[in-house]
Amino acid sequence: MSRPRLRVDRERCIGAGMCALTAPEVFDQDPDDGRVLLLRAEPPTALHAAARLAAGVCPSGAVTLDEPESGGV
Amino acid sequence: MGESVHAVTTLPTARPPGCPFDPPAELTEAQRHGPISRFTHFGGNPGWLITGYDLVRAVLADPRFSSRRELMNVVDYPLPPAPPGEFLLTDEPQHGRYRKPLVGRFTVRRMRLLTERVEQITTACLDAMEEAGPPADLVTSFAKPIPAIVICELLGVPYEDRGAFQEQIDAFVGGETDENKLLAAYTATQDYLAELVAAKRADPTDDVLSELTGSDLTDEELRGVALVLLAAGLDTTANMLSLGTFALLENPAQLAALRADPALADRAVEELLRYLSVAKSFMRTALEDVELGGRTIEAGTTVVLSYHTANRDPGRFADPHTLDIRRQSTGHLAFGHGIHQCLGQQLARVELRVALPALIGRFPTLRLAVPAGEVDLRPETADVYGVRSLPVAWDTEPS
Ligand code: HEM
Ligand code: SF4
Repeated sequence: MSRPRLRVDRERCIGAGMCALTAPEVFDQDPDDGRVLLLRAEPPTALHAAARLAAGVCPSGAVTLDEPESGGV
Repeated sequence: MGESVHAVTTLPTARPPGCPFDPPAELTEAQRHGPISRFTHFGGNPGWLITGYDLVRAVLADPRFSSRRELMNVVDYPLPPAPPGEFLLTDEPQHGRYRKPLVGRFTVRRMRLLTERVEQITTACLDAMEEAGPPADLVTSFAKPIPAIVICELLGVPYEDRGAFQEQIDAFVGGETDENKLLAAYTATQDYLAELVAAKRADPTDDVLSELTGSDLTDEELRGVALVLLAAGLDTTANMLSLGTFALLENPAQLAALRADPALADRAVEELLRYLSVAKSFMRTALEDVELGGRTIEAGTTVVLSYHTANRDPGRFADPHTLDIRRQSTGHLAFGHGIHQCLGQQLARVELRVALPALIGRFPTLRLAVPAGEVDLRPETADVYGVRSLPVAWDTEPS
């Protein structure tokens, strides 16, 4: 079973910090340029909800979450 | 009814009687008809009003909508472009040129490092309030000074200049409605910032402005950037503090819950941001014809985006007109969305998360000193909503 995989696009990132605020275990911001740093591309299950929320609230669409085909609902 | 389009002419000027925290009835009504309504701008120019959460968010994420002031099609005379550095009113690539050197200074981590300093500033304000005794105007004793001191430190305004500078910016961002006074305050602030930029270039200190002198921005641009930080960061935060306190006092069960459990502070702050949305609405202009919610927004037409009404969209937030500090409000639009989403939001969060719990913790019997209906509210026409003053009282310990 594969896990959801995160991708970040540092070019699109505007450094608003919503990701680091929502899921600090998964995202950080570069101390110099403020842009997103991905700490865990395949976060453990306990962090899936937070990672999904972070992808949803990123104002610039810089965070994408590739959900594996689940087959189920 | 595909044919009939709900229409709103000019922005409403009043909130529902007895509901100082709710959007004007006309906007809530417009939302009931659908997320997008026909709208007539101030100068009679035809446009659109967007009140639905999804549609507001979609426009903010869409590069076919511009923030450039000179493109705002709302009055019958041309508006000037934003002065250099005032990036709130620009598009890419100009916008990024100004915003990029700033974001490293406003990260979640950096702003959290300021927590201790914000605590000290808050404590000093509360000490002064306690010493002077009740009643107090919460606006002048608490809501204004905290963000003002914080921004002075961020910009590196020397201590001895702060008194005069704060008075000046107070007139400039404090909801002054007299055009002449506003212009005078704006000019005075610009002059002071020009001096400050020159001083930082000559003798850099540890602050945002000094750091920016290392970028390729000109002095004129730096002055503009500093002005945006003041204009965007002061009045908004001050009104969140004062109106937020008012809203908590009017919702005693929520206030009691927060006082009993400070761990609720983070959620409470997000919910107050959503519920109050003091930066009520912004505008964007279509750069080309755009299909939106089944309508065509023609190139050159300006849309008004009501962040406040969108944050009360029942399709996004259950029971949206209820303040519920335990709800998950993340995703609200109080800081906007897209490339202009608030640069200072992490700073604002730190200020609100520190100051509000400290206030209600220090004064367990805090209450309004006037009937709620007599609180002096800002007119709906002000850019940022809030209170002009908030008289409060509390019981003092018999000594
Ligand atoms: C609770 C307080 C605050 C609220 C409600 C607020 C709200 C907003 C909103 C809604 C926008 C987006 C405007 C748009 O969509 O065009 C914005 C942008 C901005 N805010 Fe804030 N703000 C707050 C505090 C601050 C603070 C403390 C600072 C800085 C010290 C700040 C600096 C800025 C700047 C520079 C922009 C322009 C960003 C850009 O154009 O890229 N704000 N703010
Ligand atoms: S939320 Fe999006 S824009 Fe903001 S720092 Fe994270 S990736 Fe960048």
